[in-house]
Amino acid sequence: MSGTSLVTARERALAVLGGEPDDATLRRYLHGIAGVDAVGLEQRAAGLGTRSIKTSSKKWALDRIISLVDLTTLEGADTPGKVRSLVAKAMNPDPADATTPRVAAVCVYGDMVPHAVDALGSVHGDPDDGLISVAAVATAFPSGRSSLEIKLADTAEAVANGADEIDMVIDRGAFLAGRYGLVFDQIAAVKEACRRPDGTSASLKVILETGELVTYDNVRRASWLSILAGGDFIKTSTGKVQPAATLPVTLLMLEVVRDWHLMTGQRIGVKPAGGIRASKDAIKYLVTVAETVGEEWLQPHLFRFGASSLLNDVLLQRQKMATGHYSGADYVTID
Amino acid sequence: MSFLEYAPAPESRAILSLRDEYGLFIDGEFVDGRGTPFQSVSPASEERIATIANANAADVDDAVAAARRAHDRVWSRMTGRDRGKYLFRIARLVQERARELAVAESLDNGKPIKESRDVDVPLVAAWFFYYAGWADKLDYAGLGANPKALGVAAQVIPWNFPLLMLAWKIAPALAAGNTVVLKPAETTPLTALIFAEIVQQADLPQGVVNIITGAGDTGAALVGHDGVDKVAFTGSTAVGRAIAKQVAGTHKKVTLELGGKAANIVFDDAPIDQAVEGIVNGIFFNQGHVCCAGSRLLVQESIHDEVVERLKQRLSTLRLGDPLDKNTDIGAINSREQLERIRELSDAGVAEGAERWSAPCEIPENGFWYAPTIFTNVQTSNRIAREEIFGPVLSVLTFRTPQEAIAKANNTPYGLSAGIWTDKGSRILAVADQLRAGVVWANTFNRFDPSSPFGGYKESGYGREGGRHGLGAYLSPASVTSTGRGTPRAVEAAPAASADEKPAKRTRRPARPAKKGAAK
Repeated sequence: MSGTSLVTARERALAVLGGEPDDATLRRYLHGIAGVDAVGLEQRAAGLGTRSIKTSSKKWALDRIISLVDLTTLEGADTPGKVRSLVAKAMNPDPADATTPRVAAVCVYGDMVPHAVDALGSVHGDPDDGLISVAAVATAFPSGRSSLEIKLADTAEAVANGADEIDMVIDRGAFLAGRYGLVFDQIAAVKEACRRPDGTSASLKVILETGELVTYDNVRRASWLSILAGGDFIKTSTGKVQPAATLPVTLLMLEVVRDWHLMTGQRIGVKPAGGIRASKDAIKYLVTVAETVGEEWLQPHLFRFGASSLLNDVLLQRQKMATGHYSGADYVTID
Repeated sequence: MSFLEYAPAPESRAILSLRDEYGLFIDGEFVDGRGTPFQSVSPASEERIATIANANAADVDDAVAAARRAHDRVWSRMTGRDRGKYLFRIARLVQERARELAVAESLDNGKPIKESRDVDVPLVAAWFFYYAGWADKLDYAGLGANPKALGVAAQVIPWNFPLLMLAWKIAPALAAGNTVVLKPAETTPLTALIFAEIVQQADLPQGVVNIITGAGDTGAALVGHDGVDKVAFTGSTAVGRAIAKQVAGTHKKVTLELGGKAANIVFDDAPIDQAVEGIVNGIFFNQGHVCCAGSRLLVQESIHDEVVERLKQRLSTLRLGDPLDKNTDIGAINSREQLERIRELSDAGVAEGAERWSAPCEIPENGFWYAPTIFTNVQTSNRIAREEIFGPVLSVLTFRTPQEAIAKANNTPYGLSAGIWTDKGSRILAVADQLRAGVVWANTFNRFDPSSPFGGYKESGYGREGGRHGLGAYLSPASVTSTGRGTPRAVEAAPAASADEKPAKRTRRPARPAKKGAAK
């Protein structure tokens, strides 16, 4: 899978901004975007959350959730063995039911990429072809507190080791200090570091860490900034900061993606990550995507769940739909 | 398969145990009516729900007499604390039977179950809880110490929020010590009759709440009855005007909550996505059958095209259909008569040169339906910009400056509500200050709370419902003799309490008479 090429991203940004992406120009642009009313946004999200998804719709939704999951392990205690176990789960989520779809990707720290690639073997590839991608967090994840050189090296190494997708973090400190130009340049530079020698490029997910941006106005501006700078995906959170993904924040990011698409025709992906554990909640996200940007966004190139425990809850629900009764935690495997 | 064609998710009707026939609820019991019974039908399918008794003049006499007895012998003599206990009990029973009430409401009225479940019924409970709390605090209602109940209240309510309007009327009346005779609208009597069962379940003293069903003539007989001390009406301005004439010159106190043609004003710095939601909620909530609906969208000219475009996209996602399906956004129009009126006014809009756009949705074969509709290129002189349509039809007008927005918003015989959308706090306050509307929402719309007074200017009626003001509408100040010596009623009701209060009064009183004297 390859992301947007850097040249077009930069040209597009220049055209949209009407000038070089420095602090002043970006500030003018980002602060000119209509504000967000928190009460109204949360009311809309709550409204979407009341959709009742039953029977055939629920069945479809559960399978689709699995195929949109970035199965994740991001622990200090990760080992090659843990990653192999995760990959095995990703390839065959429910050993008792061969009709269960595979997840979209596994998401690991940069140094675990070779182990993930190795464990996937021939299953490593594009989720559109029924294969599984490898996503690596990079750029001094989760804090992003490091020099640009180290962030770029971090990224380049993961790509060289076979990562198909890079989940980078933005410099929230710089963003909150109004240094939008710096944040833009860093995203653009990381995008450049995603490039492979053959000219293709790893897909870039830009993590906003919405829990540290705090206000919805900030989330909206950071979303625009990340897309302008060339991100292929915008992602809510690292999962290391609370609150992580919420429905209102995801709705807001989807609205940005919808507006960007209307303006440029380009489709940007959205990835809520962290804190989504129940099928019921994940279905609310599917509803929100479908009713905000449209159903065509419910595919691995445009929407992902960053999650680990969600998968097992979906499997339990799936078994319940097939058999008519609930099983239990011991009827799904731990990874 | 398309995910957005959500599989049907109907709320079960099994929870309802409806009777085939309903009588009048008078003096704590269901009795036969002496008029010709009528049918209540489901507007979504036109199927018959139940046969409803029709109250004639003699039935009205009985109901008013029962209310009078209950007032004189029981309710007005009871302490506020005890009245409060009954109201709390009713509130809890409404919560317990919430699902049943929601299903009945959607069945009888045609509104989506998600609205009756998430808005109507929770607000009904909230209203009873709120006024239950007031029952023993009437001294603080703003009318001085020991205010008195008015007596028997005649209450006539509309079909758009059948149970909620019942709560708005009954809760404050009972808290203040009045007894009531209530007439629900003839197309939506069902939840009021289930409420009568709740009244029985709560063991409310007989005659405190009487519910009589019937059409306009029943309502007129009730309002015109000599035994009534207070008239509270929610409905059309035409009927409100007739009621005002009918009671003029009598001792009856009146509150009227009538029509509206609210302006929803969107400035160019508005939070645009939320404004679009607010516009949708403002006019398409409850199929636009809302007296305070934001039926006139005033949008700043610079963002007109963008707002209309976003609005159309949003409307295309609305789901019209079975009111009992949990995913339905737009339910049925309440009656054929109302549907005809909506059609007539919409056609008038087209004839006057406005541009009509309707959301693409499939209209069911049976029942009464109207697709969400927007009119652009509307002029202030057009009928659709002046008359209340009371349906899912939005008229879009533009303005250039805040002054123009205010002038256009106020340029209506109505004045019930208005909305302001802007990110600028100072503008909200400045504009709200100049709008002649009883309720002004800022960056939201159609939000209701029992503590907030609701009511209109001009032809939208007079008096306020909700909050302390709504309580005051069911009370009169104590006369001078009654504060000084205590009425027989007060002595009988709580002799101990009034003795207790005396020392407190002595310490508190001195400042007040002095003030009164100064004012004179």
